[in-house]
Amino acid sequence: MRREAPKSVADYTPLFFPALMLIVFFVVPFSTMIAVSFFKRNPSGFYTPDFVFDNYARFLSVFFGGVLGFSLMLAVLVAVCCVAIAFPFTYLLTRRPRHVQTLWLVGLLSVLSLSEVIIGFAWSTLFSRTAGITNLFVAIGLMDKPVALLPTFGAVLTGMVYQALPYTILVLYPALVRLDPTLLEAARTLGASPVRAFFNVVAPALRNTIVATLIMVFVFALGSYLLPQILGRPQHWTLSVLITDQAIYQSNMPFGAAMAVFLVLISLALVGMTLLVGRKENAL
Amino acid sequence: MTEIWLRRFYFGLVALFLAAPLIVVAGVSVNEKQDLAFPPVGFSLAWYGQIFTDPEWRLALIHSVTLAVCSAAIAVAIALPLAWFLWRRIAPWANIFQVLGLAPFILPPVITALGFLSFWATVGLFGQFFTAIISHAIFFVTLPLVTLSLGFASIDRSLVEAAATMGADDRTVLKTVVLPLILPYLVSGYAFAFVLSLNEYIVAYMTIGFTTETLPIKIFNALRYGYTPTMASVSVFFVAVAALVFGAIARFGDIRRLLGAMSSDGN
Repeated sequence: MRREAPKSVADYTPLFFPALMLIVFFVVPFSTMIAVSFFKRNPSGFYTPDFVFDNYARFLSVFFGGVLGFSLMLAVLVAVCCVAIAFPFTYLLTRRPRHVQTLWLVGLLSVLSLSEVIIGFAWSTLFSRTAGITNLFVAIGLMDKPVALLPTFGAVLTGMVYQALPYTILVLYPALVRLDPTLLEAARTLGASPVRAFFNVVAPALRNTIVATLIMVFVFALGSYLLPQILGRPQHWTLSVLITDQAIYQSNMPFGAAMAVFLVLISLALVGMTLLVGRKENAL
Repeated sequence: MTEIWLRRFYFGLVALFLAAPLIVVAGVSVNEKQDLAFPPVGFSLAWYGQIFTDPEWRLALIHSVTLAVCSAAIAVAIALPLAWFLWRRIAPWANIFQVLGLAPFILPPVITALGFLSFWATVGLFGQFFTAIISHAIFFVTLPLVTLSLGFASIDRSLVEAAATMGADDRTVLKTVVLPLILPYLVSGYAFAFVLSLNEYIVAYMTIGFTTETLPIKIFNALRYGYTPTMASVSVFFVAVAALVFGAIARFGDIRRLLGAMSSDGN
């Protein structure tokens, strides 16, 4: 069946239900949130309709600047760690037999689908004093007595890398699996060792993929809303945690919404950048 | 030789990193007493029984499963006609709906969650269980949309054309040729949405968190009031469900293709 342009209104019927659902339950809620960001806070309810810029003006504080700076720094760190671990790993994985790849992919998907609540709980157990990894160090004589490794910045970073690593691998996987094997063969024939071929041929050839993945993981890490709360101290809270906190616990939905709009703008700008980077790669 | 060992060492490290927290959680889940101890003291599977016998945990489980079953079904119901239309028709402006279907998944989840919170609060339905079902269906529509688009792209158009030449109309072609071909993709799309909905916290929390507990919400609430081993057993249960579902997709479908490998016949 060739693709054809719709000829009559009846041809549009399959589109009706999806379009209706996506507009009513995605476009409208999204617009509602933008509207709410201009509303006034109502401590007894959700909000009072208004048109004020107060919620946005609150951004211009030292505290907010600090949180924003910390969130961005943390997300960059997570993205760099994840890509540094995942890129060589994914590359090696795509050279393995099919059944090995399948097994890893099933495992990675299982970890990726885990609730942030469960990841937070699991790492808080692993870093705890009573059931944690330090007990192991004591057993093999590396430490005198078990200690709690949280709440610390290191715990937050580890938890977030754990959460984002399967995502990173799965984002890199299609690009690496489609990598032309002759590229590497040529390098090997010319006498490059596998490690050298990887760093001098594979990595540069996928430069744009790496940049795009860094940005994707960065946006993914920006969305982490529980791990900084479970594994860190209040000074480790990120923008996402703060949005949840304002909207739910401080019942200041308008301010939460304003921060969310701001986060959308950052994310959209970055996703737009990945699309541009991707287009360049395809053009080459 | 050293390269092979280096590779094995590297794979082992990554595997250890990914498995370590789960191993500890599995360990503490079989403690005999209600202690957070690892290695476990004694051995008991009672905490797994708790998920089904304790009324609060059982209720949370029922909520979570109901939510996941219904929302994944609605997500597929939205994605299927959309993916079919985009494959069947040339209508560039309709791509806007594809973008809308992908957006909730790419944006930080807090944003989508807050959007739903402000929406349901504004229309006065905040806290009703069905609002979470619809919210999850929209939030996860991306997954069946992606798998189904892959499925449609894999259909050999000449097959469909042959059916049409033999006199089959659109409806018959859809029923006898197209649907059977994309069925594996439909099932995996449903399975992805199901597992993720089961694990989802923030959207569920912002829509029904004040009135109803799903399992992730229950774990988080329990976490704030201290530790119970049931949290650990539920976590292990979740990992097992995810591994089972994805394992089944890998067994009966082509998970490598679903995740972006071009063809099914290897490198």
